[in-house]
Amino acid sequence: MAKLFAVTILVIAIISAIPIIRNTWHPVEDVSTHGQAIDDQLSDTMWEAGISFLSSQLLLAWFIWRFSGDRPGEKTKTFPGGAKGLVAAAIILVGVEVFALGIFGVKAWAAIYFTPPGADALPVQVQAGQFAFYFRYPGPDGSFGPIHPDQISEAQANFYGLDTTHDQDSKDDIVTAEMAIPVNHEIRLLMHSKDVSHSFYVPALRIHQDFVPGLDLQLHFTATKVGRYEIVCSQLCGLGHYNMKAYLSVLSQQDFDDWLKKQAALQ
Amino acid sequence: MHDSAHAAAHHGPPTSFIRKHVFSLDHKVIGKQYYGLGLVAVFIGMVLSWLMRIHLGWTNAAIPGLHLLSKTGAPGDVMTPEYYLQVMTMHATFMVFFVLTVAPFAAFGNFFIPIHTGAEDMPFPHFNMMSFWTTFVAFCVMLLSFFVGDGPTLGGWTQYAPLSALGPVAGPGQGSGVIIWATSIGIFCVGQLFGALNFIPNILDLRCKGMSMWRLPLPTWAWFITSCMGLTSFSVLMPAVVLLILDHVAGTSFFVPSNLVINDQLQPHSGGSTLLWQHLFWFFGHPEVYIAIVPGMGIVSHVLITNMRKPMLSHRVMVYSMGALAVLSYMVYGHHMFVSGMNPVSSILFSFPTLLITIPSTIIVLIWIGSLYGAKIRINAASLFALGFISLFITGGVSGFFLAQPSIQILLHATYFVVAHFHFTMAIAAIFGIFSGTYFWFPKMWGRMMNDTLGKIHFWLSFIGVYAIFMPMHYLGLAGNVRRYQSFVVDYMQPLIGVHQFITIAALFTGAVQLIFIYNFIHSRFWGEPAPDNPWQGTSLEWSIPSPPPHDNFGGRHVVVYHDPYQYGVQSSTGDYVMQDSPEKVNTVNEEP
Repeated sequence: MAKLFAVTILVIAIISAIPIIRNTWHPVEDVSTHGQAIDDQLSDTMWEAGISFLSSQLLLAWFIWRFSGDRPGEKTKTFPGGAKGLVAAAIILVGVEVFALGIFGVKAWAAIYFTPPGADALPVQVQAGQFAFYFRYPGPDGSFGPIHPDQISEAQANFYGLDTTHDQDSKDDIVTAEMAIPVNHEIRLLMHSKDVSHSFYVPALRIHQDFVPGLDLQLHFTATKVGRYEIVCSQLCGLGHYNMKAYLSVLSQQDFDDWLKKQAALQ
Repeated sequence: MHDSAHAAAHHGPPTSFIRKHVFSLDHKVIGKQYYGLGLVAVFIGMVLSWLMRIHLGWTNAAIPGLHLLSKTGAPGDVMTPEYYLQVMTMHATFMVFFVLTVAPFAAFGNFFIPIHTGAEDMPFPHFNMMSFWTTFVAFCVMLLSFFVGDGPTLGGWTQYAPLSALGPVAGPGQGSGVIIWATSIGIFCVGQLFGALNFIPNILDLRCKGMSMWRLPLPTWAWFITSCMGLTSFSVLMPAVVLLILDHVAGTSFFVPSNLVINDQLQPHSGGSTLLWQHLFWFFGHPEVYIAIVPGMGIVSHVLITNMRKPMLSHRVMVYSMGALAVLSYMVYGHHMFVSGMNPVSSILFSFPTLLITIPSTIIVLIWIGSLYGAKIRINAASLFALGFISLFITGGVSGFFLAQPSIQILLHATYFVVAHFHFTMAIAAIFGIFSGTYFWFPKMWGRMMNDTLGKIHFWLSFIGVYAIFMPMHYLGLAGNVRRYQSFVVDYMQPLIGVHQFITIAALFTGAVQLIFIYNFIHSRFWGEPAPDNPWQGTSLEWSIPSPPPHDNFGGRHVVVYHDPYQYGVQSSTGDYVMQDSPEKVNTVNEEP
């Protein structure tokens, strides 16, 4: 039975590795400028984790196969070198492995979070609420009007609580239910939540950031490929969480300008 | 220290049914009570997971009779989106608190710590009894939430604020459901503190003559380390849930900031911090993961050593590594919050200790595997579950490499990859540890043998089943499948529904397999073969006393310990082992300085 168990572990390990080796399952194609660093990091980690996984499972299977059952006349033996060799191997091999991953990982992280957006980045505001995203563009004046939480009204389609009668900056603001951005143009995303915690997750853009009620957060990114992608919420926000999504269209500059004009006309 | 072992914990044998079986002061009865509670809770948790899985595979499927559980949650026997979340929250809550904390730690720990240390009982038997009954009250309160108001909370076992703190306006179950949840968890924390306050002094002060700390068996070391974690982490969760309740009932705003608008209504809160809850919760939450898994490591080591007929490569390295896991567990909690909006510099700072924790974990795995070298492994249900534990822990461990890195969490945070990771480690591996301990210690706890053939069948089907359930979840996560969704209406997730259906079938199958265990457990409990004192030729003190042990464990005998706990592979009058309390001299080749 021990041998059957060893073979089972072996088979499970190999079956588990096949989809990874054949690349059957992988993240969606990256369409951002910063995503390559994340993908490289993922791929390095996949190698290191894959080797650790397969080698440990195979060693476990081999020892179970080889050392099971009472073998009369044979004495129990100790692993050559005892615990010291294994501890040293764990500290050195795994230590180097994880610190290398950690340090390279910092680089990928820093490229996103520790570099400021360029001066010409296009500001887009996103507001998360149960269970929809709303987006705001500043309009020709380039500035967003102030938000008045007490005036937020879904019934009157005033999702941002704008006071267009009194606030000059709000008059040309464009609020939309879909997000569109120009391709190859840096975007400065200004994030806030109107109620509970939500998240802004776009796998294709390698962006994932929670909304924190009471806190204004910023992200910046550049999309490199025209297309239509989905923004989904990944932070449990209530009964409609599964259905909280919005489309993100990456358009050519001309198409984006046209889209924005059309949206402005609809306000 | 040693003489107090008999003085401090002495209390006479009970005579009435109530004192013997209900409000018992005997650590062994309390241990069994905890075990029973764990069994009931795991059954509830498993049925809830079935409901979830059926709904995820076939969202509009009617589950016959479900409306009996909740008329509003399952009209026409089809689960509503909110009821799915309520069921999910309760699945996690019952499993994490009332199974994974209760069974490997409180149940086995209660039964075996006094025996392993050579004591008659715990130092504070009344506190010990209160520990169980407090936990039982917490369990009943949690169950109550199914039947009160609009049902249990839907906020997940993590109960992130402000969703959890705003009250009924935030959704079904967010009023009375959250208050009941928080009350139950608060009571649970008190129960576990009572438990830890018994375990620690027992291990430090009630050891019998000759029982130095290094002579304690590995599970007792694991329970000691776990108790220290319990003491310091439950004491953070408890005030946190009190603050949460105050946000509901006292008009405070600990976790709710200003200017939140729900249903076009400005909420009457100001000045709170949503991230504060996450910090408090995960300061408890990450050590809790180790509270679930470290006892399993100790139990599995104990079972393996007995079945390998040789000690671990190093007893001390195992202890140091488990200790290192415990210490590091407080420094890594921020990896749950990489994309939470906390300062991105903190993400980097939390990432390194998280990566560092792979070192003690790897050492433990390598010591297990290295110890198998040259062994004479006996294959039985207990050892199969122990070996299965190692395989599962390796699988769960390597996915930690990914989740320790903030940049990769941009892709994988809150996806099924995380679900796969924590189920392999803290859930399934820990449950394999419980099964291993059960098959191993059942003869001692209940005085009868379990059916080993049924145990092996239970193992084989469970082992293959859990891999079939959780391995594909890694691939779902890589494809961006977000967790905590009741159905998959997002375009790119729709092609993944087939995988969810496969997982559902595997989960129903694996769940059904557990009936074999339940049958074996109940049948063996009443009709199993009577167990000898030492059925596995073990060396630690539990095997030197009758099965089941008498009321005061050692029958008034003053135990003296002469050896390290695991004297196997030696020449002695009994065979290839020498018991800890045997004065027989052995060539202690394995004794460390």
